[in-house]
Amino acid sequence: MIIASLLFYLFAAVCIGSAVVVVTARNPIHSVLFLILAFFNAAGLFVLLGAEFLAMILVIVYVGAVAVLFLFVVMMLDVEALAIPDTLKRNAAVGAGIGFVLVAELVLVASGWVSGGGTGASVLAIPGDVTNTQALGALIYTHYIYPFQGCGLVLLVAMIGAIVLTLRRRPDTKRQDVSTQVAKPRGVRLVKVPTGSGV
Amino acid sequence: MTPVVFLPALPELFLALASLGLLLIGVLAAPERTAKGIPLLGALALAVTLALVIQAPAGRAEAFYGMFVTDGFAVFAEALVLLAAIATLLAGLRFNAWQGIDRFELPVLVLLSVTGMLAMITANDLISFYIGLELQSLPLYVLAAFKRDSARSTEAGLKYFVLSALSSGLLLFGASLLYGFSAGTSYEAIGHALVQPDAMTAIGAVIGLVFLLAGVAFKLSAAPFHMWTPDVYEGSPTSVTAFFAVGPKVAALAVFARLAFGPFSGLAAAWHDVAWLLCVASLVVGGFAAINQTNLKRMMAYSSISHVGFALMGLAAGTEEGLRGMLVYLGVYTFMNLGTFVVLLGLGRDGAIAESLSDLAGLSKTRPGAALALTIFFLSLAGLPPTAGVFAKMFVLLPALHAGMPGLAILGIVMSAVACFYYLRVVKVMYFDEPGLPLDADVASGTQQAIFALAACVVLFLCVIPGPFLSIAGAAAHTLFP
Amino acid sequence: MSSLNYLGEYLPIFVFLVIALAFGVVAIAGSWLAAKQKPDAVKLAAYECGFEAFDDARRKFDVRFYLVSILFIIFDLEVAFLFPWAISLSKIGLYGFWSMMLFLAVLTVGFIYEWKKGALEWE
Repeated sequence: MIIASLLFYLFAAVCIGSAVVVVTARNPIHSVLFLILAFFNAAGLFVLLGAEFLAMILVIVYVGAVAVLFLFVVMMLDVEALAIPDTLKRNAAVGAGIGFVLVAELVLVASGWVSGGGTGASVLAIPGDVTNTQALGALIYTHYIYPFQGCGLVLLVAMIGAIVLTLRRRPDTKRQDVSTQVAKPRGVRLVKVPTGSGV
Repeated sequence: MTPVVFLPALPELFLALASLGLLLIGVLAAPERTAKGIPLLGALALAVTLALVIQAPAGRAEAFYGMFVTDGFAVFAEALVLLAAIATLLAGLRFNAWQGIDRFELPVLVLLSVTGMLAMITANDLISFYIGLELQSLPLYVLAAFKRDSARSTEAGLKYFVLSALSSGLLLFGASLLYGFSAGTSYEAIGHALVQPDAMTAIGAVIGLVFLLAGVAFKLSAAPFHMWTPDVYEGSPTSVTAFFAVGPKVAALAVFARLAFGPFSGLAAAWHDVAWLLCVASLVVGGFAAINQTNLKRMMAYSSISHVGFALMGLAAGTEEGLRGMLVYLGVYTFMNLGTFVVLLGLGRDGAIAESLSDLAGLSKTRPGAALALTIFFLSLAGLPPTAGVFAKMFVLLPALHAGMPGLAILGIVMSAVACFYYLRVVKVMYFDEPGLPLDADVASGTQQAIFALAACVVLFLCVIPGPFLSIAGAAAHTLFP
Repeated sequence: MSSLNYLGEYLPIFVFLVIALAFGVVAIAGSWLAAKQKPDAVKLAAYECGFEAFDDARRKFDVRFYLVSILFIIFDLEVAFLFPWAISLSKIGLYGFWSMMLFLAVLTVGFIYEWKKGALEWE
């Protein structure tokens, strides 16, 4: 059990540390790379909680796809390594204040969790004989069919939105039109040419 | 697995399928036919949905294993959202063509967003509520940036997206706290756990509640979560702004009310305070900030903030009478606000939208009909007789008085007096200033004029014969008080 | 299943991570210790056929890359929903099967839209 606790503190510390670097790094590319590190450590935390499927999805979707998208966006914007803007320093006090309030609330909540026993602390992520992924699969497509289909619509909106906002027809590009290329043009005849006389 | 019950959700399912169908038709049919055909078909689909909503058997019905619930309250809110969407689609036809944004994706996105709003209104579980919220917001970000070659429009979309994502994060944080302290995501389970909470559970649940309601207040654009509103209203195409001003607000207020009188009834003191604070802040911010605006769309943005404040006053009273007042206010607000934006849809000058105050100078001489309708709407927004605005205000002020909140009621009256100034200033400019450059003739269309005329008639008529409307709103409010 | 057993299943992965980390550290530390260190600014300069570098290597990307990657993410998420479905299909039966078919149909509508719009073409 002590190994699990040690791993928890390792993952949590690296996760928080890299999250801080994401915000303070001068080079946006470094920010994205540290974000990936934070994702990996969050995945580690999920594994410790027994939520294996979420951990793997976090790696596949966030590291494999979302982080790549972030890199594209950073490169698209052509952002050079920036000095930390003055506004960040000026707002640091306000940010710290809000952060303090959030931490205080979390402490209140955490203390409530211990004494509020019996409300829900016994809900386990691993129900014993089935794996985490099977347990999810048994619920998502049947009991949670309504939000599941809603997710499908949200993904559809994302597709439409990306295309509506970014797709442009470029009139000056030469496009290959396979059907006109292959089709027999009008006015062409096959002529049988007699040997030795030409057309 | 028990068989799934889906019949009560028929309107939502129909609308979702209709938007899929329209997307396919739009992309497969010839482009010159989709520019007009898809919005008309979209309005037809919304009308059918409205009929399905109204025709649904009365009483409470659950579906999808308790994730979905429909009742008289949901029907009232859904009808308002659907009416607003139909009106904006039809009235925006000519405007969108004129602005070069008559692509078929616009009505499809409106339909999907309305599906999300209906899902929010009928949600009976935090998960289905959140999916509905995202389904209504995501198309709205795209719609705000729909005129993608305009810097203001893309700025509006980006601002709305970034701030809205932040508020969604807060909302999810609150929802996860509520789940942690009540061991359930369904409204029943949360309500059950919070009936007699012990001291520590109550603290955790109250923090969760505040975060959740902060997320809802953002979508509602209630102060102090209103910062995005003026920029987004100003930057978005006016046909989209008209939809922004009504649909999301009705849906978010319906969610607020359903949460407040359902799962959060055990924490009444907590949400009363939240509603009270949002109400006071919205009234003050909306009222005073609108005074200096010379851009009509910005002015309407602040005006909508102040109207959200009035609607929240009914909610803050926390009684059935107050909830009825909120519904009455929402109904009247839908007609007068939509009407105002529909009038603006017909005003353009030199290919640009006529949106500054000086553009309206002498409108009574150049467009007497539009000027008259706008006057009726502004009188109603200001809460002056003989329009529906006056009785809508009365129905939220009285419950506040009855609930022992005279301060709130007095603030409401003072702020309507302040609001009179900037509404009547527009009326004065329309009737007593000399006309400037002529307005473009090809922007206004018959449909658009018919819609604002109809809205103006409703606003006048509701003041004369409020009875039927009141009883409908009263019955709808009663369903949340079993 | 006790939590120790459960974490024990991840032991090979953990060992693998430790080896990977150690390998990286040893390689860098080894070159630090074994090789001569003579830092010079010229050693860091970009070599471009003997010329000075003309401009920065960081160029703006075309927005088309963004469109392709966001469409990829959407289908990636769609596939993520397929994993739990595939392994629990025997339990959820025909109902679960058609539930997923409906989900896929919605996204197929989106796919047809993408295809017809030409978003998948590289002009």
